[in-house]
Amino acid sequence: MALHFELVSPAKLLFSGEVASVTLPGTEGEMTIMPMHAPVLATLRPGIVTVVRDGGATDKMFVRGGFAEVNAKGLTVLAETAIAMADLDASAMSEQIKSAEVDVAEAKDDETKRRANENLDHMKGLQAGL
Amino acid sequence: MASLKDLRNRIASVKATRKITKAMQMVAAAKLRRAQEAAVAARPYSERMAVVLANLAGAVAGQSGAPALLAGTGKDQTHLLVICTAERGLCGGFNSSIARLAREHAERLIAQGKTVKMMTVGKKGNDALKRVYGKYIVEAVDFRGQKAVRYDNATGVGATIIRMFNEGAFDVCTIFFAEFKSVISQKPTALQMIPAAVAGGVTADLGGAVYEAEPDEGEILTDLLPRNISIQVFRALLENAASEQGARMSAMDNATRNAGDMINKLSIKYNRQRQAQITKELIEIISGAEAL
Repeated sequence: MALHFELVSPAKLLFSGEVASVTLPGTEGEMTIMPMHAPVLATLRPGIVTVVRDGGATDKMFVRGGFAEVNAKGLTVLAETAIAMADLDASAMSEQIKSAEVDVAEAKDDETKRRANENLDHMKGLQAGL
Repeated sequence: MASLKDLRNRIASVKATRKITKAMQMVAAAKLRRAQEAAVAARPYSERMAVVLANLAGAVAGQSGAPALLAGTGKDQTHLLVICTAERGLCGGFNSSIARLAREHAERLIAQGKTVKMMTVGKKGNDALKRVYGKYIVEAVDFRGQKAVRYDNATGVGATIIRMFNEGAFDVCTIFFAEFKSVISQKPTALQMIPAAVAGGVTADLGGAVYEAEPDEGEILTDLLPRNISIQVFRALLENAASEQGARMSAMDNATRNAGDMINKLSIKYNRQRQAQITKELIEIISGAEAL
């Protein structure tokens, strides 16, 4: 039993295929989706999506601003920005951080500001680990 | 009657025009392929988004306190028309057909006593509408000097729309753009964005199961709905970009062909006149010789 996983961004369909499991950076914590998971909708924070293929090989992808949907057909991740880890270098990351800083500056109410700040912190952490 | 020199100049200028239109056609053809690829690449996202939204809308349907972006404000007094057009002309009837559709829509609403507000995206739409509907235009965005549509552009427009909605500036929002059917056919389309018209063709595929939501459904919807607006704007812009290049390509193809026809006609005229002149000169010489 494999899990059908799709990762789409407005620019393109980044990943589509059968996988063993997917680990997502949910807003309320990391979660791993296995085959036959109950239907879930979750928002994502900026972070790394780890895909484990049937053989055990893993793919990593950076996502920002997205959400995940699990239904009977499989898992779909919709992300505003999605970059394969192989293509994500320091300059691409700093570009993303710059745009996150713009989000913080543009946030009008406290709640969105808090969230934008949280996102920015996550991304700085990721940059440090790159 | 034009002199031979005039005709020669005329032919040279039409030839130059033909060269330009030919070049524009080839540029449009190259851009069209890229624009078409971008439009196709964005399709999965908007399709998945529509499915998720339909599933979620089904889950909260009937509950009170559904977000206004989904359910509407309960009125339909003030309408916002978002009109997406190109930045440049010379693309046949592309811009004017979108503007015409928007104009007809606006006339209908005004006749019903509704209030109309307009937001133009793209310079040409603004040019076409500002003379008659200048007082209705509340926002004008253009992306001059930009090579391709980026997602940021769409989020910018989306954010403006949502800000106006939250301020209560309008009740219903409709977006106008040209749907890309094929190179020779672009269909001006009106699409209602707010309240979100959940696509009729999309059916929920939950099989009766209920979603667990993390965080709760309301919060996800407040996150999802603005994003949906941006996506719809993005899709409209991409479709528009592809349509614009298609329209320009066929317009320039026609222009090139017309220029070719014109050159042929002018050349024939030129040759005839030249021949007539030579004949006339010969006759003059011969009759002069005979008179001696």
